Amino acid sequence: MSVAAITKNRHTPLALGLGSLLFFFVAVEVLIRVNVINRFIVPMPSQIALSFERVIVEEDIAARFWLTFKEALTAGAMIAVVGVLLGVLLYRINVLRRATETWVAAMASAPTVLMYPLFLVIFGRSAWTIIMMGFVAGLPPVILKTIEGFSGTRRVLINVGRSFKLSSTQLFIKIMFPAALPTIFVGIRLGLIFTLINIVGVEFLINFGGLGQLINDLAERYDLPGTYAAICFVILVSICFFMFTEWIEKWLRPAD
Amino acid sequence: MVSSTTSAARTADAPAVRPSDAILVVEDISKRFETPEGPLVAVDRVSFNVAPGEFLAVIGPSGCGKSTLFNVIGGLLDGYEGRVTVAGETVSGPHAAIGMIFQEESTFPWRSVIDNVAFPLEIAGMPKAQRLEKARHFVKLVGLDGFERRYPAELSGGMRQRVSMARTLASEPKILLMDEPFASLDEQTRLLLGDKVLQIQQELKQTTLLITHNITEAVQLADRILVMTYRPGKLKRMVEIKLPRPRSSEIVSSEAFGRYVAQIWSDLREEASRGMQDDETLRRGAGEHKT
Repeated sequence: MSVAAITKNRHTPLALGLGSLLFFFVAVEVLIRVNVINRFIVPMPSQIALSFERVIVEEDIAARFWLTFKEALTAGAMIAVVGVLLGVLLYRINVLRRATETWVAAMASAPTVLMYPLFLVIFGRSAWTIIMMGFVAGLPPVILKTIEGFSGTRRVLINVGRSFKLSSTQLFIKIMFPAALPTIFVGIRLGLIFTLINIVGVEFLINFGGLGQLINDLAERYDLPGTYAAICFVILVSICFFMFTEWIEKWLRPAD
Repeated sequence: MVSSTTSAARTADAPAVRPSDAILVVEDISKRFETPEGPLVAVDRVSFNVAPGEFLAVIGPSGCGKSTLFNVIGGLLDGYEGRVTVAGETVSGPHAAIGMIFQEESTFPWRSVIDNVAFPLEIAGMPKAQRLEKARHFVKLVGLDGFERRYPAELSGGMRQRVSMARTLASEPKILLMDEPFASLDEQTRLLLGDKVLQIQQELKQTTLLITHNITEAVQLADRILVMTYRPGKLKRMVEIKLPRPRSSEIVSSEAFGRYVAQIWSDLREEASRGMQDDETLRRGAGEHKT
């Protein structure tokens, strides 16, 4: 089979991705076995693979996974709804946008996770503290990308709408919103990354349950293979969310 | 063959179409913009009439106010002097009787070809089955049958421009207003799309106003050509094209076609040179300012 035929094959990207991952694990395994990487800091991938069964059976992974998933889902839905609405508001009211855009951008890069004691005081030691921390961290990119998406709507598309005598509501729903959608989804994906990091981080910090608490427990027990196995489950939550957002985007904009 | 009205003789303009016979009357349109260098007169007292079913092309060098005129007639620009009337009704804002086709690519990338074409019918509240059937008719009219479920990203530039055309035609405007719709296409595609426009115009008896800077395109398509001066844009000359109809792109090789092109170029050359000199002076000034 020629190189061109291989690159055109639709299974090639998946095979290449999985192959690269496998190569990485094998390389780490070898480097640990020949003592290039310290085995007391990084466990061998084979040890991590063997620890999966133990983590699943002994650590109640399903319930923890579900809790983290629910928290991320709630915070994700909140950043999408509130973020887009605030983005639209700031886009529409220019003076408000000019007054707050820099603050929102600054908030996107601020380590809001350090505010967890304040959130503990407000929401108590509950899932809502974790959800709200995730919400606050994931909100700014959604707002900023929503503003960018609407501002970037091509003038000619708006003129097409005007030439067909669309009302301002029709113009917004039929043209501006679908045109801005790809950029808004970039914001939602970015927001979900921040949200998930913060949710797992706060679970870790306040020891409230979910995968973050499990990682904390396993690390304190110095169960390194188990810790890394639990991290793999966090990655699985992240994959689930990205597949879910991709599915929604495809449903809303089948052309992309 | 060529009726001269000249810029100096704007007042002596004797339009071929009387206002009472016209579907579109453009009366003394002037538009000025405020710029950092002071007020800029883009269009200066331009008047002309278009008869029902007529194809009028407006031609002029870059910067002569063609697009400003397009936006004024289409109702997208306000704050101008003069009056535009369609079938006796004054235009103030976008008018249902005027369908616009824009220079830039303007299909909705998130809608399939059929959904793009059905867009104005959807806005008008037509039931889905009925609007899709009507949209199919216009897709076929522009020669895109078989591509109904494709998305604009899967089409060539020429095909996308035909989708825009079908979408505008689907709203059944009395007047089709086109702003350099083929400007971004190569010459062969442009000629072939010109054939398609001629065929559609023949079939629908569509009144059409084409804004262009392409002389070949204007002569190939129009019944009359309005030549504009460089800034401020004024009516320089109205040329009547007496080439036989139905036409096709084959006409570009005829002797009469060449004569029209030469005549219009002789009018435009002076204006285009002024535009180029103006542009160079501006750039030189900007360069000196930088140093």
